[in-house]
Amino acid sequence: MKMAAPISIHLEFGGGAELLFDGVKTHHVTLPSQSEPWDVKQLLEWIKANLLKERPELFIQGTTVRPGILVLINDADWELMGELDYKLQDQDNIVFISTLHGG
Amino acid sequence: MEQDVARIIAELTAKEKEVADLKAKLEKLQKDSHTTASLHPMEDISSALDHLRKKASLNNDEIMRYSRQLLLPEFGVKGQVNLLKTSVLIVGCGGLGCPVAQYLASAGIGRLGLLDYDTVELSNLHRQVLHGENRIGWPKAFSAAESLKRLNSTVECIPYHMQLTPENALQLIQQYDIVADCSDNVPTRYLVNDACVLSGKPLVSASALRLEGQLTVYNYKGGPCYRCLYAKPPPPETVTSCSDGGVLGVVPGIMGCFQALEILKIASGKDSSYHQQMLLFDALEGRFRTIRLRPKQNGCVVCGEEPTVKSLVNYEQFCGSTATDKCRRLCLLTSDKRITIQEYKQILDDKIPHLLLDVRPLVEFNICCLSSSINIPLSNLEQCKPEDIALLKEKMREYKRNLQSPVQVYVVCKNGNDSQKAVCALQKMSGSELDSLEAKDIQGGLMAWAEKIDTKFPQY
Ligand SMILES: [Zn+2]
Repeated sequence: MKMAAPISIHLEFGGGAELLFDGVKTHHVTLPSQSEPWDVKQLLEWIKANLLKERPELFIQGTTVRPGILVLINDADWELMGELDYKLQDQDNIVFISTLHGG
Repeated sequence: MEQDVARIIAELTAKEKEVADLKAKLEKLQKDSHTTASLHPMEDISSALDHLRKKASLNNDEIMRYSRQLLLPEFGVKGQVNLLKTSVLIVGCGGLGCPVAQYLASAGIGRLGLLDYDTVELSNLHRQVLHGENRIGWPKAFSAAESLKRLNSTVECIPYHMQLTPENALQLIQQYDIVADCSDNVPTRYLVNDACVLSGKPLVSASALRLEGQLTVYNYKGGPCYRCLYAKPPPPETVTSCSDGGVLGVVPGIMGCFQALEILKIASGKDSSYHQQMLLFDALEGRFRTIRLRPKQNGCVVCGEEPTVKSLVNYEQFCGSTATDKCRRLCLLTSDKRITIQEYKQILDDKIPHLLLDVRPLVEFNICCLSSSINIPLSNLEQCKPEDIALLKEKMREYKRNLQSPVQVYVVCKNGNDSQKAVCALQKMSGSELDSLEAKDIQGGLMAWAEKIDTKFPQY
């Protein structure tokens, strides 16, 4: 069986979402090799297991991000890219932005 | 000669004092009249506003005043004439609303509606630049209108000192051409969105918190509405307001200026650059990022093909939070696990031994604290950060050198919400990670201390 090679991607958190990751906004991560290509759904599980420091329910609810977090794939709304099913490419830039409401 | 000089100086001093007294009297009268006006809430919004004048040319005063923007080929006389007949409703006269109103008035917008239910406080002045020190206690809508009158007396400003509600929103928004969302809470953002969709008005929306800002134009040229992007409201516990999270004043200033810019483009007859686009601003990194957004969603409950929201609903209920940015009161603990601020003062006066644990973030602890307190931020406590647990253990050991367990711990924070969460965390650790302890929270926190016990203690 052919294995997909490990891929390196850039993760960014903003709008306050970084506070769930010790205040660190930018993370360069390598996702290990696996039998099929990584998708965003699997990425969320990986983030939950490897990066999330506290209170996972403030980031993930069920199998997706909680309401009020916008996901961007290479500077585009993930809705345009297939959301959870988008297949990650090497060097992709994935951004999680918490919506701001203050004025 | 010398006598003359002395006499004139004395006379001048007397006249100056007279002028100062008159100014003070006038200011007081103006303030009183505005405060009284606030007791008779809102203009009568049901009577339709007059039509803004429709004329194709500018008079000499207007040519002189707006000459520098008339010289721009992209704007010109046509743009200015369009501007003069456009009306804009600004929802929220705070950190965003002030710069929006300022630049629109200066540029010669026809009419500005200025809506805010709140009054000016000292902690607003760092970012709400239309309100000055002499405006504290004034309704923000009136204060903004007063400042704008001085900036450009030819712009019609209509202050609305009231809350935007599902009952009044449509009637109000229908009377304006463009709406600027400069509000500070989630229910109002959904309410403004739905009212704009139902009345077909473009919504120029921005928000700011800490060192970041966001901006989009919703319900405009086939782009999405707020609900297309955020079908479900965020859980209330994930929402941070400026009064909780803080904000650097210039950040909403920058975002408000962007809002004004996009409104000027739309009003003068150009397109906005932010339909189906969102601007993200990170002040710390000095970076702007523009992202492509999804189009209008067919399944959207308010702007989609089969809308189910056809009139305004109860937004506070929908969002599970109130339409203000004032602090919420949690109630996690039973009354036997809580003490009042007066009871805590008594404990101090009676010198009853205890540990005082302050669970605010370090940045707030550095602003002010009670002298005997130990600082362990709530998140560190919840994560059982080793160095913080070690500190607490050390303090408990010192305490037990002289006294029997369990150790009595009182927990304090700013308003009395986080302190309750901390008590829950301590209860879980008591007898396992930590020796057994008895934890209680101090109701109302340090702000209650400042209000009821020591009025010299800073409020923030
Ligand atoms: Zn929509």
